[in-house]
Amino acid sequence: MTTTAPARPVATTATVRSGPASRMAALGRAELALLVRSKAALVTALVLPATMAVSMRGLVKSLDLGGTGLSIATVLVPGTLAMALFFSIYTNLVGVYVTRRESLVLKRLRTGEVRDWEILAGGALPAVLLALVQCVVLAVGLTVVLDASAPAAPHLLVLGLVTGSLLLVACAALTAAFTRTAESAQLTFLPFMLVTIAGSGLFLPREVLPGAAADISAWLPFSPVMDLLRGGWTGDLGFVDQGRPVLAALAWTAVAALGVRRWFRWSPRH
Amino acid sequence: MDTVIETVGLRRSYRGFDAVRGIDFTVARGELFALLGTNGAGKTSTLEILEGQATPTGGTVRVLGRDPFRERAAVRPRIGVMLQEGGFPPELTVLETVRMWAGCTSGARPADEALALTNLNHRRKVRVKQLSGGERRRLDLALALLGRPEVLFLDEPTTGLDAQSRRDTWELIGELKAQGTTVLLTTHYLEEAEQLADRLAIMHRGLIATTGRVADVVAERPSRISFELPGDRLLGELPPLAPMGVTKHETEGRTVRLETRDLQRTATELLTWAQHAGVTLHALDARSASLEEAFMEIAKNLDNEETR
Repeated sequence: MTTTAPARPVATTATVRSGPASRMAALGRAELALLVRSKAALVTALVLPATMAVSMRGLVKSLDLGGTGLSIATVLVPGTLAMALFFSIYTNLVGVYVTRRESLVLKRLRTGEVRDWEILAGGALPAVLLALVQCVVLAVGLTVVLDASAPAAPHLLVLGLVTGSLLLVACAALTAAFTRTAESAQLTFLPFMLVTIAGSGLFLPREVLPGAAADISAWLPFSPVMDLLRGGWTGDLGFVDQGRPVLAALAWTAVAALGVRRWFRWSPRH
Repeated sequence: MDTVIETVGLRRSYRGFDAVRGIDFTVARGELFALLGTNGAGKTSTLEILEGQATPTGGTVRVLGRDPFRERAAVRPRIGVMLQEGGFPPELTVLETVRMWAGCTSGARPADEALALTNLNHRRKVRVKQLSGGERRRLDLALALLGRPEVLFLDEPTTGLDAQSRRDTWELIGELKAQGTTVLLTTHYLEEAEQLADRLAIMHRGLIATTGRVADVVAERPSRISFELPGDRLLGELPPLAPMGVTKHETEGRTVRLETRDLQRTATELLTWAQHAGVTLHALDARSASLEEAFMEIAKNLDNEETR
């Protein structure tokens, strides 16, 4: 092998310390390259939300929205954005975390300077970025197609996207904690996603659910995010009502993060 | 002596299994210390504690004067780790992998320099999934060297390498050591330890069976001489063996095998006798104990003790 350079830089040269931002950026860049090379993940993330919007239009049209203050657009657009978050972030990241664990990448990364939360967050960056870009494209596209008005409270929409992204990253890591193999990752994301689609008002607003079901659905982890997304479009969330879903979404994120801290495995089970 | 690594009464248990059962050793700055042992001896468990990947069940450990687990933010930028089995994203290229790691490493070398060190520059655009097992080991070593570590932990660094790559890796490790890098390596290859290590410890079932300089560990074992007597000579014609320093002897047909603690004296007296007696010793072989013999004997003795 070739002659080595000195083991340490000369004394006058300050060693450049890596920080959390640079470490996560490095991991994010690598993960972006992997995402672009994974056709299945890209198709799932890019095609399915738009497909869902088209297929759900008929269902939403058939709903009796009288007296709820909602329209087809204020149901369909936030629901589609939520689906984009789910497919790009949650579904994708469950597979990413499990695959990286299976191939011992997480184990190798943990021997370096990068901290545990940076590994998970850095790995999530491309998925979150993709989801947010997709949300912007879908929101603009659906607004035009449905001839809908612009969001009445855009800051709530932003809050919904941010809290939703955080929550889904944490939930993906938590789901990965209980997912043994890459094959089983194709199934283990389903329970949370199906319960959320059915119960958190993605395309079936909680306003049209019967009393008890609506009360229960309010406590589901993704329901506060939907309140923010839909409230961003309708603008009918009062000042006090705006804080409650933000806090609730952050609380659910904290619960999921605690679960990750407790149960996430960095090496495959033998 | 500037101690860089120190363990005292180090223990590690997993679900009731004692992988490491109380070991003490120190490694000085610039020293290359080898941990040897059979599978399951506790080498990797020990290394994981030293690297700050796991906490000890008992005892204390210090790397660069700090607790490698609790103070890992301070220790990690100063160490390099090569795992026995560590993975990379298969769809990334070699260069992308190194760049990813460099972005996570303080004071990282340029990627090209790290790849040149491990002879992987010509494979920089190849995806990791297309690398051979040996090339992946070299990539792992390149990552371990990226931060110009003061202390290098190498777990089976040459497993899977061909003979030339192994020699190249030994040469590289030797150069790093010459530049002052402290190295702790585990290996199955006893020749590797003999070539590289200043000192070594042989682990067996979670304990250190013996430790010291390679020459000292080997010197504790007897040297061996073997030869065949010509057909016209009788075994009884051999001179008395004990006065020649022979501690043990056995015969098989016309083959004679001797053990001695003083190889030079025994060989000299044997050859002097043969010359005076006009005897030609066929297939004559005289050799000091090897590390492999020392290793096998220690393992066998400990197994016998434990079955008693």
